Amino acid sequence: MASESKKGSATGAAQASGHGHGEHGEATRRDFITTAALGWAGVGGALALWPFIQQMNPDASTQALASTELDLAPIKEGQAVTVMWRGKPVFIRNRTKDEIAKAVATPVGELSDRTLASDKDRTKKGKENWLVLVGICTHLGCIPKGQSLADQKGDYGGWFCPCHGSHYDTAGRIRKGPAPRNLEVPPYEFVSDTKIRIG
Amino acid sequence: MSNHESSYVPKTRIEKWFDERLPLPRMVHSSFIDFPTPRNLNYMWTFGGILSFMLVVQIISGITLAMHYVPNDKMAFDSVEAIRRDVNFGWLLRNIHAVGASMFFLAVYLHIARGLYYGSYKAPREILWILGVIIFLLMMATGFMGYTLPWGQMSFWGVTVITNLFSAIPIVGESVVKWLWGGYSVSGVTLNRFFSLHYLLPFVLVGVVALHVWALHHVGQNNPTGIEIQTKSDSVPMGPYALMKDAYALFGFLLLYAWFVFFAPDYLGHADNYIEANPLSTPPHIVPEWYFLPFYAILRAIPSKLGGVIAMFASIVVLVFIPWLDTSRVKSAKYRPMFKYFLWAFFFTVIALGYLGGKPAEGTYVMWARIFTAYYFAFFLIIMPIVGLIETPLNLPRSITEAVLGKGGGALPGTVATAQAEKR
Amino acid sequence: MVMTVKTVLRAAAGLSIVGGLAAGAAMAAGGGGPTIEQQKWSFGGVRGHFDRAQLQRGFQVYKEVCASCHSMNRISFRNLSQPGGPEFPEDGVKNLASTYQVVDGPNDQGKMLKRPAKPSDPIPSPFDNEQQARSANNGALPPNLSLIARARGIEVEKPFWMVPVHMVKDIGTGYQEAGADYVFALLTGYADVPAYKNENGHLVLIPAAQAKGDKAALRCATVDRGEPGKPDVCNKLGDGMNYNVYFPGNQIAMAPPLQDGQLKYSDKSPETVAQYAKDFAAFSAWAADPKLEERKRIGLMSMLYLLITTVLLYFAKKRIWSKVPH
Repeated sequence: MASESKKGSATGAAQASGHGHGEHGEATRRDFITTAALGWAGVGGALALWPFIQQMNPDASTQALASTELDLAPIKEGQAVTVMWRGKPVFIRNRTKDEIAKAVATPVGELSDRTLASDKDRTKKGKENWLVLVGICTHLGCIPKGQSLADQKGDYGGWFCPCHGSHYDTAGRIRKGPAPRNLEVPPYEFVSDTKIRIG
Repeated sequence: MSNHESSYVPKTRIEKWFDERLPLPRMVHSSFIDFPTPRNLNYMWTFGGILSFMLVVQIISGITLAMHYVPNDKMAFDSVEAIRRDVNFGWLLRNIHAVGASMFFLAVYLHIARGLYYGSYKAPREILWILGVIIFLLMMATGFMGYTLPWGQMSFWGVTVITNLFSAIPIVGESVVKWLWGGYSVSGVTLNRFFSLHYLLPFVLVGVVALHVWALHHVGQNNPTGIEIQTKSDSVPMGPYALMKDAYALFGFLLLYAWFVFFAPDYLGHADNYIEANPLSTPPHIVPEWYFLPFYAILRAIPSKLGGVIAMFASIVVLVFIPWLDTSRVKSAKYRPMFKYFLWAFFFTVIALGYLGGKPAEGTYVMWARIFTAYYFAFFLIIMPIVGLIETPLNLPRSITEAVLGKGGGALPGTVATAQAEKR
Repeated sequence: MVMTVKTVLRAAAGLSIVGGLAAGAAMAAGGGGPTIEQQKWSFGGVRGHFDRAQLQRGFQVYKEVCASCHSMNRISFRNLSQPGGPEFPEDGVKNLASTYQVVDGPNDQGKMLKRPAKPSDPIPSPFDNEQQARSANNGALPPNLSLIARARGIEVEKPFWMVPVHMVKDIGTGYQEAGADYVFALLTGYADVPAYKNENGHLVLIPAAQAKGDKAALRCATVDRGEPGKPDVCNKLGDGMNYNVYFPGNQIAMAPPLQDGQLKYSDKSPETVAQYAKDFAAFSAWAADPKLEERKRIGLMSMLYLLITTVLLYFAKKRIWSKVPH
């Protein structure tokens, strides 16, 4: 604008008048209403972006499918199953006495991720043999091995992620490798003695 | 534009550094800030900006809808319903897009009407005009294919009827239709390719719009007098003058647009399109979207199939030739006492054809459709060339400045205005 | 192929075509008949919102009457408790859902199984497929009611010079309730077949009051008026059909579904056909447009914002142009 007014003064009448904000009072008043109008329009423009961003979040039907029920009766000691919950694999393992003992014996101080990391915090009271985990490696999202009997279970007898070599123990806690956190325990509850609802 | 010097002066060192390597800010500055705009433009000149805005709105809302839409004949209708019901703000996006198409056409029709009234198609703006006709055709193709996507009854039968138009082409017609369909009837295959093209064409539109704007900036804007800019006092810089006017007009337009989006979203559509496509049952009344009705009326006014198809396409293609069909040396209908009335009659004709296109093709409706169709073509092919030759135009002002300020006022306003500015 | 093309084109060119911009989107699926009256709806207009109690009663009508033949599967149980709808309590909806059985599976043995419905399930349809629905209903298909209030409209006969007036009125008032008006009219539109007497080939309508018990009268669902010199044709009601004033063609396969006192309402609303019809029409309007309240609420704020911005921009524009005669 400053450059234009220089040119304007030398040229046509309309332009000269158009650029006639040599005096400050004039300039401020015009600038105020212009700034207010454009600013207000800009605020609306920014707000209008919200629906376009929000539309990418999970929709109502996806949110409604947030829980899965499962009958545990057929899973024998030492066995594990994988179920889908919210499009993610959930590991459910019926741990052996030995596995539980190993998990309980590991001092929390030895772990790299110590938030709610004791075996007690990761299982339900009275149902310590059942370990329920979101089966996604906390490193970069691969699915660790260890669910089937033939799988390599890693150095700590839990799970082993083949992508970048993370080892999880029998409580699903990270013990070795690049993963930063323990395997996540999803929200779940026992609806009956042998039935759980995840989510 | 080539005939004005760029007054862009980089303000910071970074801007200077950038300008020396890629003078993009300089280009934008000279095209959209410095660009000389006739000072006497009225609000009919704001639709160019509004149309650019609408194109962006349609592309953005379209891209977001495509994130949820499923181009499959079994799932398309359901996915649109899921958008309306379950997707966050999906109802809003869908209304913005569906109503947006109508608003886009409303704006483009006013834009074309303005061009016709003020002679914006005449030299040196022939290429600008023809690019505009191409944009209009692309818009129609895009709008038509977009209307297919919800896969409702009107979508399905609209496509069936319109694609069948091509079967009127002698010899190759049937093959062309089969090729368009990708089968022996309109099917999911057709839907899938229409989705692909509906996604593609808007970006082609962007390209042609860029050429349209380039051509506009090369020859400069027309104005209500139809006289070109001669001196500096005839024009004002686009920024802030025209830009602020455009912004005001745009928000006025948005008021109308938003009213439809929020309070009458289905007014412009057809109830039958909320019934899923059924290849076994044709709805009792097939109508295209309102913006195709005048052309649909022309199609049905001609008693032969091939003739109707030719007339319909000719009614749009004829626009390409009007820079040469109009023989008048005066651009603006404001100064053309005879032509003006024929032109208003033409505008009335288009509206009347729109009304008739939505009425049953029987009885007096057909007769009127034929009369108006005849006038539609006569206007371009007979009236335009002849009136231009026999009419005596009114006296033109010598310049835009004179038109604004009255005779002999050319030099005066500057002094007055400057004096006023100084007084303050 | 050639036949199809020709037939379709004839259908397109020959059949009457109504509507579009000029006639507006409000139109019936066809036929003549009396004009459908516009009702007063709580969800009409700029500040419209649903009457919760009415939607709840409307759902009761659907569940206890319509649901035996008509699907409404675009509505899931969860929708019944979402904001802007009937807003049943969530627990109630959960219990309601569990009274329905839905097919799921396959289970670990590869068998499909039935389980109680969950809130996330769509309301189960009364029939498994179209064929089953048709065979149970004398060959007629009971339409899915999820979108009925959007998929139907009403036709207002008007001379062409009144078109702009109607357009401005319908757009200006945001009239979008034509579907609900139609549903209400249809449900309350059952009547005796009109009686006619033949006067030299010309069929003359006998007023309903006199027609009662008139055995000699001709009962015609519709009458085709003959060309001059030819007698009128009486179209009798088809087998298993019912006469309805508002249904296009006046013959409908659905028997009158509602009777006075048929349902017990738990509130004090009248237990009449008109009230049942109105409640269901409102419910169908919600089912077809469950985001109506959100739309109108955001719409009002948006309009207000745009109005303020437009005024501000007007003054900014005026200020900038104040020194330039144009």
